[in-house]
Amino acid sequence: MASNPDTKIQGGVLGWVDARFPLSQMWNEHLAQYYAPKNFNFWYFFGSLALLVLVIQIVSGIFLTMFYKPDAELAFASVEYIMRDVEWGWLIRYMHSTGASLFFVVVYLHMFRALLYGSYKKPRELIWIFGVLIYLVLMAEAFAGYLLPWGQMSYWGAQVIVNLFQTIPYIGPDLVTWIRGDFLLSDATLNRFFALHVIALPLVLIMLVAAHIIALHEVGSNNPDGINIKDTKDENGIPKDGIPFHPYYSVKDLVGVGVFLMVFAAIMFFFPTGAGLFLKPDNMIPADPLVTPDLIPPVWYFTSMYSVLRSVPDPFLGVVAMGLAVVMLFFIPWLDRNPVLSMRYRSFAAKFNLAVFVVAFVILGWLGLQQATTEVSEMSYRFSTVYFAFFFLLWFLSKERSVAFSLIAFAVVAGIYTIYDILRFDPSDAGLIMWSWLIPTVYLFVTMVAPAFARGLGRDRAVPERVTS
Amino acid sequence: MANQGVNRGRRRFLVAATSVVGGAGVAAVAAPFLASLQPSARAQAAGAPVEFDVSAIEPGQRVSVEWRGQPIWVVRRTDEMIAGLSEIRDRLRDPDSEVESQQPEYAQNEHRSREEEFLVVIGICTHLGCSPSYRPEIGDPEMGSDWQGGWLCGCHGSRFDLAGRVYRNMPAATNLVIPRHMYRTDTVLVIGEDEDGEAI
Repeated sequence: MASNPDTKIQGGVLGWVDARFPLSQMWNEHLAQYYAPKNFNFWYFFGSLALLVLVIQIVSGIFLTMFYKPDAELAFASVEYIMRDVEWGWLIRYMHSTGASLFFVVVYLHMFRALLYGSYKKPRELIWIFGVLIYLVLMAEAFAGYLLPWGQMSYWGAQVIVNLFQTIPYIGPDLVTWIRGDFLLSDATLNRFFALHVIALPLVLIMLVAAHIIALHEVGSNNPDGINIKDTKDENGIPKDGIPFHPYYSVKDLVGVGVFLMVFAAIMFFFPTGAGLFLKPDNMIPADPLVTPDLIPPVWYFTSMYSVLRSVPDPFLGVVAMGLAVVMLFFIPWLDRNPVLSMRYRSFAAKFNLAVFVVAFVILGWLGLQQATTEVSEMSYRFSTVYFAFFFLLWFLSKERSVAFSLIAFAVVAGIYTIYDILRFDPSDAGLIMWSWLIPTVYLFVTMVAPAFARGLGRDRAVPERVTS
Repeated sequence: MANQGVNRGRRRFLVAATSVVGGAGVAAVAAPFLASLQPSARAQAAGAPVEFDVSAIEPGQRVSVEWRGQPIWVVRRTDEMIAGLSEIRDRLRDPDSEVESQQPEYAQNEHRSREEEFLVVIGICTHLGCSPSYRPEIGDPEMGSDWQGGWLCGCHGSRFDLAGRVYRNMPAATNLVIPRHMYRTDTVLVIGEDEDGEAI
């Protein structure tokens, strides 16, 4: 180990350990001498909170496995047993279910922060990629866990998601049988999902979190100004705008932890079902392979992707679109080539683009909870278009574009979905198709055409040398 | 040895050969793990055919029978329902059941069954596997005045007629699957077996 003798505390137990394991060195590198920018704001709470929720989930999960039985005959009753007979069992289970939803709340806000301040840009591309991988594994983890109570929603939700693979040409049906381990969703499926949920995926998750943090501490944290604090160092080589993570940010994060735990406890004690968003009433009915509930919305954190799936009329292309909705995230660091990191100094068009993306994501999430009527399908399609257009706009807004290029690009993008609208035109839905056509069109007009003429809308501002405030 | 110099070609060959042998070993060890996830012998044995007496079904009624853990619907169609099947042909995606994988040969007809009166169909939506809800009422106000009876999938809104044929522009792209079946007597239906043997 490359330990630095100057910083090592000599003698004592710590000295004995340090001669054999880089304890002090790790403490310093990651906490006491990790210099983080001094201008962190509200949005910087969510990384440490995600870590906190991970710990809550692991601890509450370990205790749940002490009482839960991964057997199709016994699973539902064992969850009821935890809720009714195990001392404080209801608390442990509600902690785990509340933690699952809040994990996604925290992760979504954490991802938004990255988009807001350009934390995915050079040199932090790998941090972003590890982060998206964490998001993917987290989705798999949540999905596997949702099957375990073996209620109606568990069963039919899993049925729908597992059958997504059936749409893959040629290998689909055999692949699904292999995933299920049976010709239908059964005890075999429950057993293997249990194994994935309690050991395989958490292990991967923890390793990815470690990689995420190691990569972060290698290049240093971004900040709301998007300025590299390592560019301005004092005579000791310490960034002038940096402060040691510990004690400054460890104490700041404790405040976030306090507020977060208040929200957490309020939900856990008073609204554990989240009005059907966190725990659905249909899941209090044991799984029945012969009866499908009327409406099978996924849990709220999947509904945006689910809306993308539903917006495409072809099953396989729907699955491809849904997959693409997640996979596109990986490419963000290379789509957005604008050198300005923070939205603070980006143009109006760039800010508007991000705002519309957030709104589209939320609306898609709401639509995913609704019964698939004509209006819901149409809106899902329009906002899915907006969702994907965001990624194109990230690239388009990388620099100022000429008037001609802006107009041609606008005509091409708007033309693609307009031609599709003409092809699928159905006189009985004429009004709906025509007015909803305005949704992507107005969005593209504001972000592409308007800045070509009102130059102020598309111009980024100068980034200061040092962080502000 | 030390002063003989390094034979780089030989070293590269040895590294590559060792990697290939090691990779083969990894693949050989992975195979049993991956194969263990296939349906077990017990799961495969659980798929025996089931018998059902259709004489107890009322006209217009739909009965669910469990076979291999799936709902099998048996519907006794009324004359009015049968007449409706031909009226909606142009609104269906595959009115003549031309996709062969969706039914045995003997069910490739207008009513998609052996007996015109009885429909036997797997009650699983061909989109993503939900079980659609039965909407037999002709002109059901929720389904539109030209509705001829059928099924609506609550998950993604696919619609099927009373022969399990899918409407156009639905998330589901194929008709509901007709399982292999036969009548042992006039009224005893066997699901999962026909003259050619048991279903795979």
